[in-house]
Amino acid sequence: MHGDSILATSKSVRRGADRPAPSRADVPASSLLPLGAERVDAELGGGLKGDGLHEFYAARTEDGIGALGFALGLARRALARDARPLLWLRLSRGPAARAVPYGPGLAELGLPPNRLTLLLLPDGKALLRAALDAVRSGAPGAVLLDLEGPCPLLDLTASRRLTLAAEETGTMVLMVRGGARPVPSAAHSRWEVAAAPSPLREGDVPGGPAFALTLLRHRGGRDGFACTVAWDRDGGMFRETERQESEAPASLSFLPAAANDRKAG
Amino acid sequence: MRKASVPVPLHMALFLPWLPSERAVLAKAVAPDVPCALIEKQRGALRLVAVDRRAARLGLTPGLPLADARARVPELVSLPHAPEADAALLGKVVRLCGDFTPMVAPDPPAGVLCDMTGCAHLFGGRDALRGEVARRVGMLGLTARVALAGTGEAARALARFGGEDVRALPIEALAAAEEVRVALARAGFRTLGELMAQPSAPLAARFGSELVRLLARLAGAESQPMTPHRPPDPVRVEMRFAEPVGRTGDVLDAIEALAGQAAVLLARRGEGGRAFAVRLHRSDGHVARLIVETGAPTRDPALLLRLLRERIDSLADPLDPGFGYDSIDLAVPRADRLEERQQGLTEEARPAGQDMAGLLDRLAVRHGAGAILRLAGEDSHVPERAGHLASCEETGLFDPPPPQAGEPPTRPLLLLDPPQQVEVLASVPDGPPRLFRWRDRAWRIVRQEGPERIAPEWWRRADGHDGNPGLSRDYYRAEADSGHRFWLFRHGLYERETDAPRWYVHGLFA
Repeated sequence: MHGDSILATSKSVRRGADRPAPSRADVPASSLLPLGAERVDAELGGGLKGDGLHEFYAARTEDGIGALGFALGLARRALARDARPLLWLRLSRGPAARAVPYGPGLAELGLPPNRLTLLLLPDGKALLRAALDAVRSGAPGAVLLDLEGPCPLLDLTASRRLTLAAEETGTMVLMVRGGARPVPSAAHSRWEVAAAPSPLREGDVPGGPAFALTLLRHRGGRDGFACTVAWDRDGGMFRETERQESEAPASLSFLPAAANDRKAG
Repeated sequence: MRKASVPVPLHMALFLPWLPSERAVLAKAVAPDVPCALIEKQRGALRLVAVDRRAARLGLTPGLPLADARARVPELVSLPHAPEADAALLGKVVRLCGDFTPMVAPDPPAGVLCDMTGCAHLFGGRDALRGEVARRVGMLGLTARVALAGTGEAARALARFGGEDVRALPIEALAAAEEVRVALARAGFRTLGELMAQPSAPLAARFGSELVRLLARLAGAESQPMTPHRPPDPVRVEMRFAEPVGRTGDVLDAIEALAGQAAVLLARRGEGGRAFAVRLHRSDGHVARLIVETGAPTRDPALLLRLLRERIDSLADPLDPGFGYDSIDLAVPRADRLEERQQGLTEEARPAGQDMAGLLDRLAVRHGAGAILRLAGEDSHVPERAGHLASCEETGLFDPPPPQAGEPPTRPLLLLDPPQQVEVLASVPDGPPRLFRWRDRAWRIVRQEGPERIAPEWWRRADGHDGNPGLSRDYYRAEADSGHRFWLFRHGLYERETDAPRWYVHGLFA
């Protein structure tokens, strides 16, 4: 488990690799993609850069699904204001091949299946190349790179190419990294995503998607803040949830009926 | 010295009375032993367009509203009318008739006309020819009525109405306008022979000169030349060099020039290529082939060149020009209709879907068409059938039911394929899971919802429900104390289907 060490790595990386960040003022507000959660958007200075590269690192290996879910939520928000489709690039070999994207589940996250094209590629090299082609063409409105495991080819140069192409064609590039440690990159933001307990529901059943986020890096903005957001499919937005709310006393979660009685009486 | 005898004109007409319904049987859309009809919405009501032999015997005729037909024949099977499919099948019959004579033309919607002048004796005379044509068409699974006569019109009328003599045919056999036929019937004419016996001048004065011309053609006094159907020549352009060409740039320039020529040929036909095959003939006899396919018809040389560059880059063994290429040719084996489109003046005028098709073409050339997938699914309760990945080429609507507002997702984002077996602790054997071990870790479940029982689809099995119908699955949505959400199922109902049900993780929720 190297989840805790990611912060330290990224701090040391920043000193060496990054050039001075441009000031937030030169980003036009219209190209910013707000998450929907007010406090998070305020921290981000309005939202994430709509034509930029954003990285989502899974806090632990098993949080890859969380990073993917958060990135898909952002893609859904990007699709809502752009007529272009979403291109999802995924590895066809390795651990990623054991799980396949599931249409009914994606539809229940609010992603229209007919606006999504999936590209299964054998290795990171093919995936990066196809992603660059796609971003440069400007045909998709959002490109999601779903790269599990280490990828030595994904270096500062590769991410810089993606960033430039994204700015040129106004494409949002979302890079999901599972089972990998952050490397220097030209990404506009870098998040660490972990699973979070879902918002409480009546009957004590599991709720919708929820993510524990840590903003590791934000070019030209504040970073280092953490929050927990839940995906509101009906509103097509993220909502902030209270961390404490999920940590309900154990007795309550096991004896909901008793808790209700107490409240009533 | 004898004068070479002028061959007697002879025309053959085929009529396929049950073409639409027989196509439906061939396509296995309907069983051959039930009455069926093809329907279309006409004048605000669903009406029969074509019926099969059984339905016709039961008194159903084209033009009848479907509701009336159902009332008369409750077991009637109705299918949507598909004129394009009928025309495609008719094209098959036309090609078959090409074996008997080069002069063949389709006579839509359900006929074929052939000019058999000077050909009949090759097949053993008129009767043998008729039998052979009917037999060959019968092998396609179609019923054909074949008639031979001196003119195309006469053969056509005989094929549709039967008999040997045009003069005995009813007035309806006349290919004239409806009101002319009604007027003739009111004037007391019943057969074509009665009409032909009349002097032509009064007929022309009363019913129009068109009628006289039709009668002359039916009687064999006048013949109308037919335009035979010819398959279009394939598009192929070639460039030969005085000196072998070896530099890649020169080769690509030559291909671009060829693509430009091919584009002119395609534009003249109103078509765009779906596949392009380039052959590079090396001076030592080796031939290198490059084939690119596009998702949409195109005749844009720049796009073709971009695809070819991708293809050359992705070749396992790069093109080796050796001593150079003597000639290069480009063929278009597959083409589709492509209408000329007005070019927009601004960039925004380009539709987004076209860009995406172009991108997917390029990606397919480099990574193979099998790498590009889309989400698909069927109307089924079994999760693997309800959602799966399908090739981008296949078209089919995938429209999962809209999610219920305010409810969390009931289906996972990723489906494990195949499901992974896990050890589960449950308080009772048929109760919800409490703890399970997966990926070398114990997951304590704090919240769960279920079971959602999904029975096996025994009707898809060969021996149905009586044999081994398969095991039911009890699905649970479970959330671990770490915040991870899983889709677990118990395979088999405890004590009813199995004594030791196994547990599987089948999906992961975000």
